[in-house]
Amino acid sequence: MTKADAVKDCRHVGCPMNMVYAKVALSKLQSGQILELILDDGPPINNVPGSVQKEGHTILEKNRLDDGAWQLLIKKA
Amino acid sequence: MIDFSEEQLERYSRHILLHDVGVEGQEKLLQARVLIVGAGGLGCPIGLYLAAAGVGTIGIVDSDTVDLSNLQRQIAHFTKDIGMSKVESAKEKMLAINPELTVITHQVHLQASNIREIIRGYDFVLDGTDNFPTKFLVNDACVMENIPLSHGGILRFDGQTMTIVPGRSTCYRCTFKAPPPPDAVPTCSQAGVLGAVAGMLGTIQAAEALKYITGVGTLLTDTLLTFNAKTMDFRKIKLHRQANCPICGEKPTITELFDAEQAACDLKCSF
Repeated sequence: MTKADAVKDCRHVGCPMNMVYAKVALSKLQSGQILELILDDGPPINNVPGSVQKEGHTILEKNRLDDGAWQLLIKKA
Repeated sequence: MIDFSEEQLERYSRHILLHDVGVEGQEKLLQARVLIVGAGGLGCPIGLYLAAAGVGTIGIVDSDTVDLSNLQRQIAHFTKDIGMSKVESAKEKMLAINPELTVITHQVHLQASNIREIIRGYDFVLDGTDNFPTKFLVNDACVMENIPLSHGGILRFDGQTMTIVPGRSTCYRCTFKAPPPPDAVPTCSQAGVLGAVAGMLGTIQAAEALKYITGVGTLLTDTLLTFNAKTMDFRKIKLHRQANCPICGEKPTITELFDAEQAACDLKCSF
C-alpha cells in the first residue's frame, strides 16, 4: 500500500467542512506528497473526491474501511 | 504559514473552499491592511464585508457624526448611533461581526496636509467620499504613495467605479481631469440617492479589494464600470492612461497636494 505523508481523519465531519480540512491538510504538503483522508460514507465520499480532483489533485486509492468509513489516498498536484 | 484555529477554519470556510482563494488567499486577507475613506453609504457596506472577509487591519476615515438622514443607506449605523462618530459606530459593527480584526479609526477631515501620512502603510485604499475635491485628493495621494485604489461614486440611481493601480493603469485624474465647476455639481433637490445603490456599489468595491489582495481574477483597471438601477443596465467603458496626466503622466505637474475649493452648496449628503 502507498505510504501517506500526512493523515486527516474526517470521520463525523460533514460537507463542506471535510473539504476545508482536506484543503488545509493538502496546503501543508509539497507537490507529489500523499494525503490519507478518511471520509464518512454517504455525502462525504460522494462529494469530496470530485472536489479534490477539480482542484487538480489525483486520487490514487479509495478503500472501504471496516467501520464503513472510506480511506482516500490523494497525491497533491 | 498561519495555523488557522478550528474557529477560523469554520468562519472562513466559504473562502477556503473557493479554488482561487483557498488557505493561501485567506492568509493574505488576514495579513492585509486596507483603508476605507468615508464611513457613509459606500464605506459602510465596504467595511462590513471586509470585516466579515477577515481583512486583518482595516482603517476607516471620517470626521462626521451619524445623522438621522444617513440611516436610509449607511447600513453600519443604527438609530441608537445618532450623534456618535461615524468611525466609532462603523468600528463597533465591524468588530461585532469579526472580533479578531484590528480596526483603526481616523476621525479627521482628510486634506492635503494629512492624507499622505494617513494612507501610508496601507495595501489598498477604497474611496467612499461624497465630493469631487476629496476624490481627486485621494487619487493624487494614492498615486504619489503608490497605493492601489478603488474609486466609487453614486448619485440618484447611478453608480460608477474603477480600480487604479498606480504606474500600471489609468488613474481617476487621467479620466476626469479636475473637479467639475461648483455650478455643475447637483443642487440639494437633485441629490437624492436610492439607498440600495450604495450597497450595490460598495460591495463591488469590496470585491475589488478582496480580488486585489488575493490576486484572484481581473480588476476593474483601465475600466469604468457604471450602472443605472432603474434599468439595471451595467456598462464597462474602456479607459486609457494619459501620457500627459498631471499626476501619473510622463511629466507630472502636480508634485505637491493641494486642497481644491468645495462646491458652493456643500451638500450634506455623505454618499
